[in-house]
Amino acid sequence: MNGEGLTVRDLRVTFDGFTAVDGVDLDIHPGDLRFLIGPNGAGKTTLVDAVTGLVKATGSARFAGQELLGRPVQKIARTGIGRTFQTATVFEELTVLQNLDIAAGAGRGVWTMLRRRKDVPEPVEKALETIGLSALRDRPAGVLAHGQKQWLEIGMLLVQDVRLLLLDEPVAGMSHDERQATGELLQRISEERTVVVIEHDMDFMRSFARSVSVLHSGRMLSEGTVAEVQADARVQEVYLGRATEPAPSAPVASTQEA
Amino acid sequence: MTTTVTPTAPAPAQPSAPSVLTRLRVPGGFLLGAVLLLGVAPLVLPDFRLSLLAKYLCYAIVAVGVSLAWGRGGLMVLGQGVFFGLGGYAMAMHLKLADAAATGQTLPDFMQLYGTSDTLPWWWKPFGNPLFAIAMTVLLPMAVAAVLGFFVFRRRVKGAYFAILSQALAAALAIWLVGQQATTGGTNGLTDIQGFFGYDLNDPVNQRTVYVIIAAALLLVMALARQLFVSRFGELLVAVRDSEERVRFLGYNPANVKLVAYVVAAGMAGLAGALFVPAVGIISPALIGIVPSIGFVIGAAVGGRASLVGAVLGAIAVAWAQSTLSDAFPAAWTYLQGLLFVLAVGFLPGGLASLATVVRNRRTRPTGSGETA
Repeated sequence: MNGEGLTVRDLRVTFDGFTAVDGVDLDIHPGDLRFLIGPNGAGKTTLVDAVTGLVKATGSARFAGQELLGRPVQKIARTGIGRTFQTATVFEELTVLQNLDIAAGAGRGVWTMLRRRKDVPEPVEKALETIGLSALRDRPAGVLAHGQKQWLEIGMLLVQDVRLLLLDEPVAGMSHDERQATGELLQRISEERTVVVIEHDMDFMRSFARSVSVLHSGRMLSEGTVAEVQADARVQEVYLGRATEPAPSAPVASTQEA
Repeated sequence: MTTTVTPTAPAPAQPSAPSVLTRLRVPGGFLLGAVLLLGVAPLVLPDFRLSLLAKYLCYAIVAVGVSLAWGRGGLMVLGQGVFFGLGGYAMAMHLKLADAAATGQTLPDFMQLYGTSDTLPWWWKPFGNPLFAIAMTVLLPMAVAAVLGFFVFRRRVKGAYFAILSQALAAALAIWLVGQQATTGGTNGLTDIQGFFGYDLNDPVNQRTVYVIIAAALLLVMALARQLFVSRFGELLVAVRDSEERVRFLGYNPANVKLVAYVVAAGMAGLAGALFVPAVGIISPALIGIVPSIGFVIGAAVGGRASLVGAVLGAIAVAWAQSTLSDAFPAAWTYLQGLLFVLAVGFLPGGLASLATVVRNRRTRPTGSGETA
């Protein structure tokens, strides 16, 4: 019911001598809504890349009693981990419905695959409603607005039935109302699943985070509740002395619309 | 949540609810194609034209597979000559053995001329069995594609590298065949095929029967491809083509998806090669090497590789243009062929099948800056 936790120990990722993630420990408890923040180049996305198998890493990342490191991407996905990307990645030429149907189908047998989809699977129908795209189900995903694409991606993770969602800047480029709606959606999702959000928008983090981890130069700088992290002197230092207003590289993100 | 959804997306051109007309479009089109191919063409075309059409339809069968693997799967299959050749040689080997047996010989004519031994090579022997030979025309290409695809897709070879690898393989097979004159007929190939499972191929009536078999095979292969296109597999294949990495994060192994498309396309090319032999009476290295392998995809590219009907009509049209123009301007055809390929792939990726959509989009967006041609 409460998703599944993620335990990362001494995770290291090195690209050609450059250490992007430098010995990170991270404990995400089941049902958490964790925000992962930090300045550009802190290693947030690389951390998620390592956990989902996109880049090679040393150390350990355990989920649902299994070691993730060293396994191929699709095997890690099948343990119940889903992720999104900074740029919304949906199948542009397929319809919203087809996108969701594919996301729901990794466990389908040969016979089902070789036949046409007769009706809409129930989880897909439910996800369409949850992400508010029911009316647009037959549109190609490529014509959706930016925010709608990001919701579609979240919907794909829901029908994929993952227990851990790793979302890379899910509200980038969204309007204020869209951010609010997305945050509420994430809170609802985290009642049944574990959610980790990489984010630059501090207002968004303050409104919706249940706990926060701050990364800096590939290391874990601070962890705790929003208040604890904001009171941490080291965090304030990293964000250039802006004591309670850590707003790093993307100040425009909070006002700009796609 | 629903209150935040803003309908900013442009309205699609197609109606949301399929009308009776759109639902009948596919079976109606299929029926029309069947009537034209099996009814009208044999009635109105003289023997010579009909046997030419039979040859074009073989290319169209290859194009159906190209449409699946390249159009839907994004695999630039520039080496279909390999599979066409395997199917063609498997069929021709059987027919040569049958021809020889009909005149009381144990060896095909070319082996008696160039052979170094009085006995049949061991790998020829099973092809004396008609059922084995027919099965091999499709299974052998599929098996080769399966082994090749397994390694290639797992190692994530794609794009131009995959295309070059395919080309190299087609060249390698052609060169190997040329070098084995005593057992494969060398440069000449397997020629002068007389009979087709007991029927004399020089008899025009039997040639017409061969045409009907080929036309029926094309319709069958199209129906199979159509089912794959509209199936969940077809949707997944497009997803793999457009964003392989994303598919992987959904828990699928894209290598397996591509492998299925590649193997099915190889089987279709093999079938086409096998049917080509009785239609034309010959299979040779020149028909399966690099140039013909490119030729196999040009028709699909011109007609529209992602569209089944586009690929088939394109293949027939280009094959027709080739036999018409290459007689009149033998030197110019190769250049024209290359030009067609570049134009289609570079400027009209959807082929002629997408022309209507491209024109319509331009009309509705007259200020659009995208130059397509």
